[in-house]
Amino acid sequence: MSGAVRETWSPAPESDRMILKELRETVGACMQCGTCTASCPNWHAMDVTPRAMWRMIQFGMLDRILESRTFWMCSSCYLCTLRCPRGLKLTSAMAALKRLAGVANGPAARRNGSFYAAFMDDVEAHGRVQETSMMQRYFIRRRDPAAPLAFLPLGVRMLSKGKVHLPGRGMGGVLKPLFAKARELEGTP
Amino acid sequence: MRYAYYPGCSLTESAREFDVSTRLVMERLGCELVEIPDWTCCGASAAEPVSRLMNYALPARNLAIAEQDMDGMDVLAPCAACYLNLLKVGREAVGDRHLHGRINEVLAASGLVYRGKARVRHLLDVLKNDVGAKIVEQKVTDSLKGMKIAPYYGCQILRPYPVFDDPGKPVSMEPFIEAMGGEVHRWDMGNRCCGASLMVGHPEVAIRSVAEILNAARGADAIATVCPLCQMNLEAYQAKAARAGGRRVPVLYLTQLMGLAMGLDDKAMRLSDNLTMTPAVRRGIAARAWAEPAPGQGAETVEASG
Repeated sequence: MSGAVRETWSPAPESDRMILKELRETVGACMQCGTCTASCPNWHAMDVTPRAMWRMIQFGMLDRILESRTFWMCSSCYLCTLRCPRGLKLTSAMAALKRLAGVANGPAARRNGSFYAAFMDDVEAHGRVQETSMMQRYFIRRRDPAAPLAFLPLGVRMLSKGKVHLPGRGMGGVLKPLFAKARELEGTP
Repeated sequence: MRYAYYPGCSLTESAREFDVSTRLVMERLGCELVEIPDWTCCGASAAEPVSRLMNYALPARNLAIAEQDMDGMDVLAPCAACYLNLLKVGREAVGDRHLHGRINEVLAASGLVYRGKARVRHLLDVLKNDVGAKIVEQKVTDSLKGMKIAPYYGCQILRPYPVFDDPGKPVSMEPFIEAMGGEVHRWDMGNRCCGASLMVGHPEVAIRSVAEILNAARGADAIATVCPLCQMNLEAYQAKAARAGGRRVPVLYLTQLMGLAMGLDDKAMRLSDNLTMTPAVRRGIAARAWAEPAPGQGAETVEASG
């Protein structure tokens, strides 16, 4: 293999293959019109435009994809999906990229994915999200001592209005068997 | 009319006032809401970035219970993310034998089966298509005459599945605002994204969107929302958005405004739960301060409509 080929076709580990295959099916028909980029409300915070991201997926440029912060900036507003003239599920592709980065689990994934992971941990533990315990889980995962401080004023205001309550048992672990089964089927740890 | 009610996690905590006002207003409008027993989280927008399968299995669990125990009632979800997740299972899993099978494999772990029969409705869909603005108009006792309200729809109730309104130019709230005696604030920010959960990890990105939305509400007395996350983002970060050039505007749930117009008091509508509800704003609402235009504003209105 020549150096140039190796650069664009990074070997994907087994665990990534399923997500990568799904991604290429999702955006395979992208014709590079750029409507997604033009529609995105968070374009200004992205380093690679959504349009270029689909191209990189088509080319299998896994390393370059995982270096990007673009998919972490997707707020799931579905404007790109709604407007895509090819009818591609682009918002789902952004979510799949977050999963792919989560499997690779670098420092960027730990930082950017910690909210989603904390949210799902809380759902698994309580059945329903309990905002105070979910945020505690987030702060622990985020490992940034400044993060709790930034949310302290809002947390205090909400507690004082009784809008959030201290974590109880909620619905208990009623969802634990479902999470276990899904992990088994998806082959995730 | 009876509905299988799915409040969702937010409505039991940070958006309590949405739950309380929805239940009271729907009761007055002759709709019976029967809460789905033992409902659990739908996964919001956090499930899909973690597990594709759980993104379907979590809402499917609730629909499976509704199908089994609730006699074919439509499932009513007031929260935008809950609504989309519940709707999405039906749209994407039914007809996809592989995916549907895997979802049921997961649900089998708690003895449930999702058949794909439950019809999912958003609160605004039910208001528009089952209730109608006429009925609301008949129930109005304390008109919100003169109150200028900016309808804010957010993203997920019409995207990517535009079931009951035009996702490019949504208008379904407008007849209700008019039925309450209010005036619609015309703007093109009603379907703009509020930044959603980016507000947690990347507030600088989300604040920019919030500031633009709040700025576009210039001239409105309040923003009306039907999404707990939009409400939180537009409301809780107004001080930060103000530093980025945004304006301060009270943000209420559409159902709170409807309750007020139907003669329910501000305690019943839990106005004090709203973070933007300062004593001055509350007094303004109680006194219907908008009914008499302040000097100089009359000319502005003529200019705007001409």
